[in-house]
Amino acid sequence: MLKCEQFNKICAALDKCEHYQKFKVYKDKILALGNDSLEKTIAIAVALCLVCAVLVSFSAVALKPLQVNNKELDMKKNILDVAGLLQEGGDIDKAFNDKIEAKIVNLETGDYVEDMNPAEYDQRKAAKDPALSVAIPKDKDIAHIRIKAKYAKVFLVKEAGAIKSIILPINGYGLWSTLYGFLSLDADGQTVQSINFYDQAETPGLGGEVVNPNWRALWKGKKVYAESEQAGSEKGLIEAAEIGEPALALIKGVVDNSKPGSQYQVDGLAGASLTSTGVTNLVRYWMSKEGFAPYIAKVRTVKGVKS
Amino acid sequence: MNEILNDETKKVLIEPLVDNNPITLQVLGICSALAVTSQMSTSLIMALALTMVTACSSAAISAIRNHIPGSIRIIVQMTIIASLVIVVDQILKAFAYEISKQLSVFVGLIITNCIVMGRAEGYAMKNPPLASFMDGIGNGLGYSLILITVSFIRESLGSGKLLGIEVFKLTKDGGWYDPNGLMLLPPSAFFIIGLIIWGVRQWKPKQAETADFKIMSIAHGEGGHH
Repeated sequence: MLKCEQFNKICAALDKCEHYQKFKVYKDKILALGNDSLEKTIAIAVALCLVCAVLVSFSAVALKPLQVNNKELDMKKNILDVAGLLQEGGDIDKAFNDKIEAKIVNLETGDYVEDMNPAEYDQRKAAKDPALSVAIPKDKDIAHIRIKAKYAKVFLVKEAGAIKSIILPINGYGLWSTLYGFLSLDADGQTVQSINFYDQAETPGLGGEVVNPNWRALWKGKKVYAESEQAGSEKGLIEAAEIGEPALALIKGVVDNSKPGSQYQVDGLAGASLTSTGVTNLVRYWMSKEGFAPYIAKVRTVKGVKS
Repeated sequence: MNEILNDETKKVLIEPLVDNNPITLQVLGICSALAVTSQMSTSLIMALALTMVTACSSAAISAIRNHIPGSIRIIVQMTIIASLVIVVDQILKAFAYEISKQLSVFVGLIITNCIVMGRAEGYAMKNPPLASFMDGIGNGLGYSLILITVSFIRESLGSGKLLGIEVFKLTKDGGWYDPNGLMLLPPSAFFIIGLIIWGVRQWKPKQAETADFKIMSIAHGEGGHH
């Protein structure tokens, strides 16, 4: 009832208002005009645009906080998932804040950038900003992304002060869409923990199986960079900072784990050769010198990462 | 209540389900019927979104139908439809984020869905708001019915699931069912919708269109060599 009274008060106030009276007179005049008169056409168009604009802006503004929140929560969920820290029904915000630290990495040098706030940096947006991105030369652009951000936002999971896993953002073209995801590595920068694509539009059931947990589980323990065949021998001792070419790839069919080199192979997606090739390329691109190799080299030598 | 559910309302609510189905009889809205039907969850949300948009836009257009200038008629309809679609998209992004991510552009494409425009132009411009609202609901339900049927077939045969819950255990997970990859691709919806249209027209022969022309046999034809 209170609202009704208020409404009546507003109406009464409006009635007294001179402009409102003028508006009413004008409205009646317009409505009385023939539908094909020029004045009515323009007045209707303007009035309709106003009403629709108010409706659209209201919904956009009123729902914005919810949408932003959804987006952030979704991203945190994906990062926790790839780190293997996602708990069903757990508090995502709390788990994220407790266990994960975001860092900005200069892709060229591999050093941390301390004067940027990771919370405010959006790598996907930066890739579209000419000041924050670089074009990739065509012959090196195996992931078909054309432009990359100069700085990448990586996430570290730390336990007792030591890095437990490194979560790297990756993206590249599959068959229909650019796949965006995270790759998480052990602290050695060599062993894969998990992979997770959070944004893709590949064919559901075929290329879209990149999100299938069973397939994603195959990545665990795979190695990114080629190691010398005789590990432990003189030749096999890799300089901590030296990084080879990424060798990890998706193959056709199922990986035979008894064969040498199987640690660099993951089953291809059945019925999705092009998406599989795309995933191989994007992983190789981001793990190469163009991508995170300089950073990983510094993580391996730990002290090397300047901050 | 009786007044609301009068004969006209019943007619506009029930006819579009089979007798005047927007997809199978009018062959409208095929584009989104192909695109979103590989999973039931996306189909359901799409069906709900389209029903709401059709109903509300029809009601709104009908409410101002006597004052819409003929020269900008279509633009007025489009503006109202587009605004409602944006609102629906915003609501989905706020309250059903996962689904809105999957539907991506297709919610926005409701704007160009022929069913919405078709009902605005064909019904709402000549009928009162309440009846137009009901007509929108009816046509939305007709669309939903086909969408859900198609997605039921596509998701179960294509990925062995219904609403994301496993119904057939797939061979790749150690089960018996080898999924049909075609069902996951948009063309399969063409075949399914084609079969549904054929089925409906066998059931209700009245819906079959008369042929545009008859093929003459050469013996009775006037053409040929003399």
